[in-house]
Amino acid sequence: MSSRTQDSYDAIVVGSGAGGGMTAYVLACSGLRVLMLEAGRHYDPVAETPMFHLPRDAPLRGGGTRHKPFGFYDATVDGGWEVPGEPYSSAEGTDFRWWRARMLGGRTNHWGRISLRMGEYDFKPYSRDGLGFDWPLSYDDLAPWYDKTEALIGVYGSNEGLENTPNSSPGVLLPPPAPRAEELLTRHHCGDLGIPVIPAHLAILTRRLDAARIARTLWPGNALAQRVTEESMAARAACFYATPCGRGCSIKANFQTPTVLLPPALATGNLDIITDAMVREVTIDARGQAAGVHYIDRNTRLDEHAGARVVVLAASACESARILLNSKSSLHPDGLGNGSGLVGKYIMDTVGAGVGGQIPALENMPPHNADGASAMHLYMPWWLYQEQAGGQLDFARGYHIEFGGGRRMPGFGFMGGLAELTGGSYGQRLKDECRRYYGSFLWFDGRGEMIPNEDSFCEIDPEGVDRWGIPTLRFNWKWSSHELNQARHMQHTFADIIQAMGGRVTSDVHDDGARAIAAPGVIIHEVGGAMMGDDPRTSVLNQFCQSWEVDNLFVTDGGCFVSNADKNPTLSILALAWRASDYIAEQLRTRSL
Amino acid sequence: MSEERTKAEDRRERVLPIAEARETGPDARSIDRRHALKVMALAAAAPGLASCGPGPGGEAGAAGASAGAGGIPAGGTPGQVTNPNARGDLWDPDLLSPVVPWQRTLEPGELESLAVLCDVILPADDRSPSASEVGAHDFIDEWVSAPYEALQEGGVLIRGGLVWLDREARTRFGNGAPSASVRFRDLTPAQQQAICDDICDPERAEGGPFEAPSLFFDRVRYLTLTAFWTTAEGMDDLQYIGNTPLTQWDPPPPEVLRHIGLA
Ligand SMILES: Cc1cc2nc3c(=O)[nH]c(=O)nc-3n(C[C@H](O)[C@H](O)[C@H](O)COP(=O)(O)OP(=O)(O)OC[C@H]3O[C@@H](n4cnc5c(N)ncnc54)[C@H](O)[C@@H]3O)c2cc1C
Ligand code: SF4
Repeated sequence: MSSRTQDSYDAIVVGSGAGGGMTAYVLACSGLRVLMLEAGRHYDPVAETPMFHLPRDAPLRGGGTRHKPFGFYDATVDGGWEVPGEPYSSAEGTDFRWWRARMLGGRTNHWGRISLRMGEYDFKPYSRDGLGFDWPLSYDDLAPWYDKTEALIGVYGSNEGLENTPNSSPGVLLPPPAPRAEELLTRHHCGDLGIPVIPAHLAILTRRLDAARIARTLWPGNALAQRVTEESMAARAACFYATPCGRGCSIKANFQTPTVLLPPALATGNLDIITDAMVREVTIDARGQAAGVHYIDRNTRLDEHAGARVVVLAASACESARILLNSKSSLHPDGLGNGSGLVGKYIMDTVGAGVGGQIPALENMPPHNADGASAMHLYMPWWLYQEQAGGQLDFARGYHIEFGGGRRMPGFGFMGGLAELTGGSYGQRLKDECRRYYGSFLWFDGRGEMIPNEDSFCEIDPEGVDRWGIPTLRFNWKWSSHELNQARHMQHTFADIIQAMGGRVTSDVHDDGARAIAAPGVIIHEVGGAMMGDDPRTSVLNQFCQSWEVDNLFVTDGGCFVSNADKNPTLSILALAWRASDYIAEQLRTRSL
Repeated sequence: MSEERTKAEDRRERVLPIAEARETGPDARSIDRRHALKVMALAAAAPGLASCGPGPGGEAGAAGASAGAGGIPAGGTPGQVTNPNARGDLWDPDLLSPVVPWQRTLEPGELESLAVLCDVILPADDRSPSASEVGAHDFIDEWVSAPYEALQEGGVLIRGGLVWLDREARTRFGNGAPSASVRFRDLTPAQQQAICDDICDPERAEGGPFEAPSLFFDRVRYLTLTAFWTTAEGMDDLQYIGNTPLTQWDPPPPEVLRHIGLA
């Protein structure tokens, strides 16, 4: 896709994922001329999603490969743990895994859609326990944009009023789907353990959006924005409770930028998109302000330049840090906007650890449809705030629990571990056991807060260059005892839940947190590297994602994160990007930029 | 599901067979290179080990910039590509009309032996056919022939294991017959079971003479389970219900709630 119609634009947006998609949508709706540059290929979920395709029709029964790590049908193009021709490295002792995708919409095409708000504690963690940093804004500052984002993209869930687990404004959330059998059983037993189990929040439409009303509320007084938003919302169907969301959704019932944000942005007539455009660096003018970007056209392999009044990076947290570090000049010798020396620093992932179990009560279940919204209908928010405040835990921050199992469609690896449980059975016995055990396995995953530290950062690898000639990243990582102890706590908690359900634990439970914790990057929630703050000496961006040093340079992906609460980051990336984009539009309108 | 179904599930199920060096799925041990080599040594006569799969050419080609490089054909039947945006190589296959873009490599004789073993693992009964009747052995051929190092190591394990099975059959039940006249596939069910009982449980076999063959058996069982239950016959047998659009989502039916004691 290549549709450059202008010589110069109000804004260039680099990247079309969550951050870039939202930025382009808001700026285009605000009447600004926007050019989006996306490194990946054009991608259209309506035309390309293999909705009902079966594992048996795919190579290796749809199982994961190096080229398609999350399965053949997964909506990842040119990505996964590797991107062809675009390597990265890890420093000695670091095993960082960086998941990327090269496609219009980025990782929003295959993300898990779990959409949790950060709570009031999460914005002020340093003030609460003296660790990490406070955000330069509070929950209340962002809350209106959380409401707007949820209303725009459509999120199911409920308001439970639990500690640090914010309610949405009335009428914003869509009704959550009824829990499945195994979710009900888990909730029943978690009650005895004092663990709350409540409706999950996912960016999936459980009913059609009330397009006209929402569009009016989101864009008062802006007829163009109302029209394009209403039209695009009205074209989205409600979930029909079949087909795995990770393949994308051709009926537009879940959130992907190419179905939800880019169509209305394009319909304004204000957005041009160039795909296959790999941005190398931000260029500057004589005053050191951003002039535009240099990019490589992946098809011609030629270097191109595009200019704009404002440059917004949203290439994903570490990729944006990479662009900034590679944008060196005599005015900015350490990279653009890096006067603080903090670009690439304090990157975070989510703490992850999991345990599986086999639950006899779920054996021989009467056949019934358990597909649901493909993702989880219930989850467990963090519940031990009091114990933590009382010093009873050996880690400072919380985690939530994601879980699932049940009678899902058999795919690659189905019943693969069964013989381990049944003493190596085979033959008729194995066949009968498969029938009996089908649907009786559950998996619990902890998703916990990592506290930023000085030893976790990315930098330009002096020896690395990708196939576009762009210097590559090298990762450095260290966990603190907070993360390791938390991972151990997760595994023991999950074992407790499984036992409370009368089940048996089917995977390892470690006393050593270093063995329980997933490798850094594996949870695919990397944020930070261009942290926001209220002091140019100790942060890269202000609370509107604006570079302290280069007024017309913004970063609207997860790079701006100051902490990484247990809440999955994307809803916050979207809300922060909208807030920053409102600010950009206002500044351009008043000619402050 | 957990993060998402994709992530958690993949880690424990789908990524597993590929098991790039860093992957540690629950079954990573079964494709441990050390064990694979052991089986290979046991079955020194295994044919064509060096030639399994298209080799690294496929991978290198696919990782390059151009479509269809390295002998990997573009996806879909020529002229029938249903996804015009897809490049059609391994990184960007046509998801709408999937093809297996690599050649199978097992010999007809190997497939015959494998089919027998698959049926020992999952026999026919009154609810569904046997594993080989729905092509489990062909799926294993597809798997061991794929252009991925870990899978090809699995191929070494499996091909070597098949030779081991025949040798074991001869040793135990051959009565000194000349080499080719007694094969595992010709044994009586009771004889086949006698051998399989010794190699069906890697945990029990660990450290003993059947350790390596038990890993072979375990791998074939793993792949047979996938192959069988993902077919129409397997899904019908399990009474999987789903993958069909609904106008609304209802709570579990009463008999399900009664079953779990929450009615
Ligand atoms: C399997 C999976 C499950 C997930 N589940 C969840 C979940 O349930 N909840 C949640 O909150 N988060 C989840 N995430 C994380 C979520 O996907 C990311 O937080 C989100 O997509 C980040 O948005 P982004 O805009 O920063 O980056 P991306 O979505 O990655 O988009 C960045 C885009 O920029 C492009 N780009 C990169 N470099 C350049 C360049 N130099 N020039 C031009 N373009 C460039 C990329 O090609 C890409 O399209 C999940 C991720 C994965 C992979
Ligand atoms: S489960 Fe629902 S939202 Fe997800 S892909 Fe299927 S129809 Fe779309």
